[in-house]
Amino acid sequence: MSDEANEIKAIVTPVRLDYDFTAGLAATQFLRGLEQKKIIGARSGPGAPVMVPPRGADPRTSELVTESVEVSDKGTVVTYSVIRVPSDNIKFELPYVCINVLLDGAGVGMFHVLQKCPLDEVRIGMRVQAKWVSDDQLSPNVASIDYFEPIDEPDVTYEQIRENT
Amino acid sequence: MANLCGVVGIGQTKYDAKRIDVSMPGLLREAALRALEDAQLTFADVDAVVIGKAPDMFEGVMLPENYLADAIGATGKPLLRVHTAGSVGGSTANVAMSLIHAGIHDRVLTISWEKQSESNAMWGLTLSPPFSVAVVAGAGGYFAPLIHAYIERSGAPEDTGIRTALKDRKNALLNPYAHLKIPDIDFEQIANSPMLWDPIRYLESCPSSDGACAMVLAKEDLAEQAPHAPAWVHATAMRSEPNQFPGRDAVNPQAGRDAARDLYKQAGIQNPRQEIDCAEIYVPFSWFEAMWMENLGFAEESQGWKMVYEGATALDGDLPVNMSGGVLSSNAIGASGMIRYAEAAMQVRGQAGEHQVDGARKTLGHAYGGGSQYFSMCIFGADKP
Repeated sequence: MSDEANEIKAIVTPVRLDYDFTAGLAATQFLRGLEQKKIIGARSGPGAPVMVPPRGADPRTSELVTESVEVSDKGTVVTYSVIRVPSDNIKFELPYVCINVLLDGAGVGMFHVLQKCPLDEVRIGMRVQAKWVSDDQLSPNVASIDYFEPIDEPDVTYEQIRENT
Repeated sequence: MANLCGVVGIGQTKYDAKRIDVSMPGLLREAALRALEDAQLTFADVDAVVIGKAPDMFEGVMLPENYLADAIGATGKPLLRVHTAGSVGGSTANVAMSLIHAGIHDRVLTISWEKQSESNAMWGLTLSPPFSVAVVAGAGGYFAPLIHAYIERSGAPEDTGIRTALKDRKNALLNPYAHLKIPDIDFEQIANSPMLWDPIRYLESCPSSDGACAMVLAKEDLAEQAPHAPAWVHATAMRSEPNQFPGRDAVNPQAGRDAARDLYKQAGIQNPRQEIDCAEIYVPFSWFEAMWMENLGFAEESQGWKMVYEGATALDGDLPVNMSGGVLSSNAIGASGMIRYAEAAMQVRGQAGEHQVDGARKTLGHAYGGGSQYFSMCIFGADKP
């Protein structure tokens, strides 16, 4: 047991994780909408906040969602980070801007990437809009939104979006 | 009134980037044997073992509890695994404590660990499901936007994070187990280190560590017989909340505030800033110290950064925080929460060596995980509750 020169310190055993995703009714509408350049959320009743991407139930109350609601593809940056670290699963060239965007009409923000914006101009409250992939690239996947880009609208104050961060 | 529980043994491994000198079972055994030695007990004296680690995909090892049992003295005994993301080290201890509190077991061994060098935690964290775009690069990518939101709402000066990191990196130099030690560390080094996930710089981030931490818990009469003074458990609390819901305050999460309130109520604490002598809290990125000071009720909302600025959380401040160097200096993810608990317990036992806070009699251990979703906390006392 003392052949240290031959000792195996480590072997490489790669792990893959492929899985089938059962979308369910709410997420199906969201994913089908993306194929038509529409962003469809859901809510548990009139006046309730719209969840995008939708869940089958409101996470606060477990009430089932009853209503699909299309929201705008324009929104406000509620917060952001400039990412300068590579990660295996991420396709964006470094550095890129990760934003949490609150779409007009939505009650929760979602993460996406911001492009066409100098890094030192990214800020909380700035107005942005989805840039869709070309029609032949549209799919039931949030990657149908290629990126968000700034639009020429006045900033929203932090107080107006605070409850969504 | 629940049965009393005392921490009678504490064991840590040296934290390091790569512990290739030991297997994973060997790593756990190292911590467990040190905790048993501290308690002057053997595996035979333990009734049950409770273990915890971060998600399996962080290390690529499935069902570790099955193949670890013999190495940690669990053969033929109850062996339970706890799983609550980054807070797991804390909640694992809480579950182990509950077995004593409930009178189910007399002595319980609890161990948490991570061997990050054997896999790629960042890969395990960067998901690409069809309903969200893969844009959040690991934990830093998730937490950096929350820090921006904190800065926006609190008006905290930009160097708050640098000052926090400097404090923790200096404290780490006093801790023999700490992984990342930079002997000549200063403000400029941290300020000039590369920006990774704006506003988080390299030296404001935790390292990736291998390591394990273990504690031996005992019921009241057995704890009284322990060779070293026990750390008495005064209160434990856990809370969780969904990752995303309308109106969620991810910067100052309700689950954390509720857990802290519950914890202080159980421990009879009216004014945590005055009554708690020091705290080990889960700060993987420097800015989270200021944020958690508010969440834990040590500071009013938007005022937490001032504690950093005023030196209140320094080793000689009125509420020293992360005396061990914290997660910023050693981050074996699955173990990090239990390390906080162990360090908080060591303080009331007077075992913390060069980073001991004089006269520490009541301390807080804290962990969080997921997208700031899971919280585990514990109050330790030198005296019985």
